[in-house]
Order: sequence, then structure tokens, then C-alpha cells
Amino acid sequence: MELQPNDFRRMSVEEFDTTKLLAHASKQAKERGYDRFAIVDVDSHHYENESMSEILEYLDDPVLRQLALAGAKPNAKNARILNTMVGYQDMGGRIPRYGLRSLEKTPPGKDQRDAALTKRWMDAVGVDVAVLFPTPMLALGVHPQVEVEIALSRVYNRWLCERVLAHEPRLVSMLYLPFNDPDATYRFVEEFGGRKGVVGFLITSTRYRPVHANQYMKTYALLEEMGLPIAFHGSYHWHDQAQGMLNRFISVHALGFVWYNMCHLANWIINGLPERFPKLKVMWLESGLAWIPFMMQRFDNEYMMRTSEAPALKRLPSDYMRDMYFASQPMEITDMRLLEETFRVINAETQLVYSSDYPHWDFDLPSTIYDLPFLGETAKRNILGGNAMRLFNLKLGAGKLARVA
Amino acid sequence: MPEVFVEKISGFPEGDRRIVFHGGLEIGVFHWQGRFYAYQNLCLHQGGPCCEGVIMHKVEDVLATDKTWLGQRFSDDEAHFVCPWHGYEYDIKTGECAGNRKLRLKSYEVVRRGDDLYVVTG
Repeated sequence: MELQPNDFRRMSVEEFDTTKLLAHASKQAKERGYDRFAIVDVDSHHYENESMSEILEYLDDPVLRQLALAGAKPNAKNARILNTMVGYQDMGGRIPRYGLRSLEKTPPGKDQRDAALTKRWMDAVGVDVAVLFPTPMLALGVHPQVEVEIALSRVYNRWLCERVLAHEPRLVSMLYLPFNDPDATYRFVEEFGGRKGVVGFLITSTRYRPVHANQYMKTYALLEEMGLPIAFHGSYHWHDQAQGMLNRFISVHALGFVWYNMCHLANWIINGLPERFPKLKVMWLESGLAWIPFMMQRFDNEYMMRTSEAPALKRLPSDYMRDMYFASQPMEITDMRLLEETFRVINAETQLVYSSDYPHWDFDLPSTIYDLPFLGETAKRNILGGNAMRLFNLKLGAGKLARVA
Repeated sequence: MPEVFVEKISGFPEGDRRIVFHGGLEIGVFHWQGRFYAYQNLCLHQGGPCCEGVIMHKVEDVLATDKTWLGQRFSDDEAHFVCPWHGYEYDIKTGECAGNRKLRLKSYEVVRRGDDLYVVTG
């Protein structure tokens, strides 16, 4: 019961190399010919907390800055500005990259470290363009101080735009919206909507604000006008009273990552937002796919009996869902017939977009899509890249960007 | 049957493992409780290098005779190696996937010749 990294692709404990870890993924990329088409990953992550000293350079508020910097010192113990959650994403050490990541070396003075590490795994698995998101900040929506959510997400967005997206054509992002403050949310879209590499905006779903509140309509209208998608990203919250009934992380993760997106999707449709903003593109990230047929059946069935409670609708709830975009990861692959039916009911060939979630523990490789026995080559390429390129209006130019290791 | 040299047994301590590369094939060889076990280093889930992950004993629930739950412990008998990509666990002694015993890694015969250890890749 000890970490045994010495056999890890013959890596010593002093080093950790993503390229070596993902050598089998590179082999898959070559065997399947990923050099023949583009692969876009619509949901990947980095650990922004490891670049917090750079990020906090953008924090103008002197008092918050002092609180943040003091909390970041090694001896600060319980002092910290970024809220954290109880959780065991590393499975008690079973997923070694969590513990070894800090040992990975990047070339000095060239790329920003997060960008260099991201491009390293992208090259290993054959991803050309990745939509990059933070990790601990996925919980910022339940930070007890709204002003801290606004301040931290703004400096993160500024840092990401200036230090990463401005220099890395293969990295784009949908920027964090401080959704607990509707006015700040609107200002963020105005401020960042035209920045290089910004292909949309993100609502971290773990929060307690109704998406149909009138205060958000101006933001949705602005996004629709700008042609930028809005995405909802799932996560868990063990301090939520309902999830607090669950005693194992597997349960919290399996249900938590779907729960908030189910709530937001229900409110989005039943309050008629697709009718109010028919051109606004809506995405759902990191909830897998199995929840979608459930929501379609559940709400279609109830809508037929309780039509008067959703008077804005002109179609069935499932029809509106089929206009939305769903990211594939973590794709439930234990029942291939159920998965095939799910692809059918969501019009996967045009609405499903591949996502890896790398480097998190439940990441999906492109082969999870490419190897599906019920998909033709065109559908595979659409899901792995074509749909996202159209959604984000990406122009990749000629040639494969990923240099498969 | 082609045989591939793994390691001198005297240089292969109990609890250790080796990864053998032969052509396009990768085989993980484990020295565990006095025996050697060899499996293809290819996870049944997404193709990860499963034999290169950490070794952990199976986690077990401890129940009282009245079916109440008392806690958890690590098994004294059963150990797993864990795919470093996603956490799929495999029984070192059988190659069976702990989450579904119907799934089993491809295994290979291990042959001793004096102090030399080989796997049979045919």
C-alpha cells in the first residue's frame, strides 16, 4: 500500500511525465488515424491554484489581495480565500498523477506552465484544440462571499486571457461568469466577450441561483447577440443537504455532477428561455449522457398533463433539448444498446461534442467516441471535432495541430 | 512458443513488478507472495497501462452478525493493482477486474529457468 512510481513507464519518483503516462493513448491516436481529422475537446482542465501567485497579480483590491496572499503562505494553515470541498478525486492515491503532478517539469521561460502541461497531454492523445477550464474554482459558486467570487473570477479571467489565450491558438475557453451577481455577470460578458480565445461563457452549475430570474435576461440577450454559447458545468457539493445524505464519494460524484444541471435545465426549459432566446446556444458539460433521456421522458410526460404550468412552450421539452449541445464525458459505456439509443434521441451526430475532462480522474479519450460500433466515420468526426468547430466558429487552418507523441 | 526474458529472479524482490516490452506487446509481471503472475499491460476500460499502477489491498466492509456496519478494512488475502488512468482494479492473483469478475486481463505463462524468469508470449 505504497505509491510505486518507480515502475511507472520507468519514471523515477523525482519525475513525472504526462507523455509517458499517456503513451498508450498516443498509440491509439496513431492506430486510429487521428491525423486525418480535427479533434476539439470542449471540456478540459488545469489547476489554477498552482498558478495562483501569477493570478493574484491581477487583483486590484488591496484588502482582498492581502487576504489572498496571506492565505497562500505555506504556514497559513486554515487561512485561505478559495473555498474547498471535502472530496477524494484521487481515490486515496490510486490515481497517481494527482500526487505526482507537481514533479512534472516544463521548459523554463517558454510557455506558461499550465499551457505547457495542457499542450503536452493534448499532443499525447491527439487533441488539436482544447476548451480550458479551472479546477478548484468550479466550487466558487458556493463561496460565502459574493464579492470574492466576482473578484477571483475576474482576475482569473484576466490572467487566462493575457497569459494563456493570447499566446496559445490551440487553447480557448468559455470564461467564468460570477452568476451570484447578475449585474457583474453582465459586465463580464461585456468586458471579456471580444477577447482572443474566448468562445463563450461558463456557469459553474453548483450554486443556488435560478437561471430564469429576470435579472439574467439582459445577459442572455447579449450572449445571443454576440453569438457566444453559454455552458453549464456540473460538479458536486457534499455540503449540500441532499448530497449530505450520501456517505461515499462515488455517490456524491455520480449524482452531484448531474443534479445541478438537471435543476438548471428544468428551469431553463419550463420557463421558456429557449423561446425567449431562440438563437442562444446552450451547452451542458460534465454530466455524462444518461441523464438526458431521463429528463426528456420525464418532462415530456409531465408537460402533456400539466401544460398550463409551462405556457411559454410551443414544443415538447425534449424538442428544446435536442437543440442544445451536450459534452460527452463522462460517457456511460457499460450498456452499449442504451448508449446507442441515447445517441439517437439527442441527435448526437450534430449535438454531441467530445470532451475529455483531462487531467481529472474520469477523463475520456477520443477512442471512447471513435471506437463506438454504431457510429459511422462522418458521425465520429462530427462528434470529435466538427460539431465543436461549427459551434465555436473555429478556424483551424490546414493540417493537424496536435503532434502526437 | 516464444519466451521473453523478464529478470533474474534474484534481482526481482517480492512485491515488485516488471514491465516487459516485446514487439508491440507490453506485459506486466508481478512477484507476489512467492509466485509470479503476468498480464497484458492494457486496461480493459480505455487501454491504460494497468499493470503500472499502485498495488493496494482490497477494501472490505466489516459487518456484525446482526448485519450492522462496523467499518472498513484492507483485506489480508486479496491485493489489487490499479490502472493509473481511471482506477480500474485487478486481482493480482487472477487478473480479474474487481468491479466485474467476468472481465479478466489476458494472462501469460511464467517460466523459471534457474535464476532466469521468462514469460511465454505465444
